[in-house]
Amino acid sequence: MRDVAKTIEAVWKIESTRLIAAIARVTRDIGIAEELAQDALVTALEVWPEEGIPDNPGAWLMTAAKRRALDSLRRGRMLVEKHGEIARELELQQQHLGDALEHSLDQVIDDDVLRLIFTACHPVLSVEGRTALTLRMIGGLTTAEIARAFLVPEKTLGQRISRAKKTLSEAHVPFETPSGDELRRRVESVLMVIYLIFNEGYTATSGDEWMRAALSEEAQRLGRMLAQLLPNESEVHALVALMELQASRNAARRGKNGEAVLLPDQDRSLWDYAQIQRGMAALEQAQRLGGGAKPYALQAAIAACHMRARTAEETDWERIVLLYDALLQINPSPIVALNRAVAVAMVQGPAAGLDALDRAATLAGDSGLAGYHLFPSVRGDLLMKMGRLAEAREEIQRAIAMTKNLREQELLAIRLKQLEAALSA
Amino acid sequence: MRFMMMVIPKGYESAAPDAIPTAEAVAKMMEYNKALQRAGVLLALDGLLPPSTGARVSYAGGKATVSDGPFAEAKEVIGGYWIIQVRSRQEAIEWAKRAPMSDNEVIEVRQIHEMSDFPADVQKAAGGFQHRNPVD
Repeated sequence: MRDVAKTIEAVWKIESTRLIAAIARVTRDIGIAEELAQDALVTALEVWPEEGIPDNPGAWLMTAAKRRALDSLRRGRMLVEKHGEIARELELQQQHLGDALEHSLDQVIDDDVLRLIFTACHPVLSVEGRTALTLRMIGGLTTAEIARAFLVPEKTLGQRISRAKKTLSEAHVPFETPSGDELRRRVESVLMVIYLIFNEGYTATSGDEWMRAALSEEAQRLGRMLAQLLPNESEVHALVALMELQASRNAARRGKNGEAVLLPDQDRSLWDYAQIQRGMAALEQAQRLGGGAKPYALQAAIAACHMRARTAEETDWERIVLLYDALLQINPSPIVALNRAVAVAMVQGPAAGLDALDRAATLAGDSGLAGYHLFPSVRGDLLMKMGRLAEAREEIQRAIAMTKNLREQELLAIRLKQLEAALSA
Repeated sequence: MRFMMMVIPKGYESAAPDAIPTAEAVAKMMEYNKALQRAGVLLALDGLLPPSTGARVSYAGGKATVSDGPFAEAKEVIGGYWIIQVRSRQEAIEWAKRAPMSDNEVIEVRQIHEMSDFPADVQKAAGGFQHRNPVD
C-alpha cells in the first residue's frame, strides 16, 4: 500500500509536466490544466491501490484527465442550457474543445512543455509566484514540499500558487513561446527562476538539509531539460555549466563538524570531477554558440577557473579579474564589484584590493547591500593582510553584527580570535 | 540522488564478438534515451561490447589470473548502463520500467554512493584522490 503510494508519487514526478502541458494546449490556462491533472492524480490514488499500477501510467493519467475535463464541460453546458441560442453555440464550442483535448492528449510535444515553462515564469508574476509555479508544474513538487523547501507555512505557499494562477488568468497571458526580443527577455526570466531555485538549495543554511539538496538537484534537472528544449540559447547551456560547476564542490563545502569550508581551503579531491566535466562541456557549448561574453557564461567561466586549478595557489586570478571586468560592464552590481575586488587583491595585493572594494562600496551606495556583511568581512581580511590589525578587528566585528547566518558568524569569530591574538602579542 | 541502471540482456553472455544490435532496436533505444534527456535526468550512458571480447581478472592468494571471454560460468552479463539523477528510488524504478526491453531482459537499478554520504573518516581516507585531473 505504502509502496503503491510511493510509486504513484514517482509516476507523477515523471508524467505530470507533460500531462499539464498537453491539457494547457487546449485550455490555454495553465491553472485549469494543473487542476485537471491533479484531479487525474486523485483518481489514480483511489484506483491504483485497488487495481494495481497500469502498464502505461502516463496514458492512464491522460485519459483520466480528459474524462474530468469532459465532465466539467458537461456541467458547464447544463448551467447555460436555458439560454437557448447561446447554449447551442456553447455546445458547439465545447464539442470542439472536447475533440481538441482528445487529440492533444494523444501527442504531447516538446513545444507544449516549453510553453508551460515560459508561462509559469511569466514576468507578470512575482518572483516568488514564478518559483512556486515552476516547482509545482515543472518540478512536480507538492505544495507541502515547496513550503518545506522555502521555510514558509504550507497555507502561505498554497495562497501564493492560487494567486499566481489567478494573475495569469486575469492578465490573459497567452500559452505560447515568445519570439524575437520578447524571447530573450522571457528566457532571462526562466533562467533567473532556475538559478534562484538552485541558490535556495545551495546557499541557504537554515532549514531541511535533504530538501535543500533536492532543490539544487531539481534546478540542475530543470536546466538540463531547458537545454534540450532551447538548444540554441547559449545562456541556457551557460547556466547549466554554472550550476554543475558550483554543485561539483558540494562534498567539500562542509567540514567534519558541519562548518562551512570556503573555496581556498577546500579539499579538492572531494570535488566531483565527472560533474566538473559535464559543466565544462556545457560551458564550451555556450561559447560555441557565441555566448561567451554573456552573464551566465562569464560566471561559469570564473567558476571554471577555480575548478581548473589543482591547488588554490594555482588559481588564474588574472583571468578571473578580466572575467569580472567583463561581467561588471554588463551587470554593474556591487556584489560583482565586491568579488572583483577579492580577485584584484589576489593579483595586485591587498592595497589594490582595498581600492577596488571602495569602488564596490560606492556602487552599493545607500542600497540594501550597504548592509551586506561581506563588505566589512572582505575589508577586514584585506586590512589584516596589510597589518592594519585594529582597523581589521573593527570591520570583522561589524561583519559579525550584520550576518544572521550562524555558520558565517562562526567563521568570522575564528578570524576575530586570530586578530585579537595578534593584537595582544 | 544518482542511480545506475544496468542492462542485463538475455543471451549476451554468449554473444559473438562482432554482435551488434539491430537498427530497429537502436532506434527504440534512442527514443528512450531522448525521453531521459528531455526529462533532464540523464547524466551518462554507454553500451558495452560482448563479454567474448572482454577478459576477467580474478584474484586468489595475492595473485591475479587472467581469463579471456566468453566466460562459461557467467549466466548474466551487463550490456550497458545509464546513470540518471532522480528524486527517489521509486522514480529510478519507474524509469527502468519504461525502457524498451525484450522478454526476459533485466535492468538492475542501483544507487550510486555519494562522497557526502560517507562518514568523515571514510571521506578522509578518500582524500588526495582525484578521479581525473581537472580539465582545460
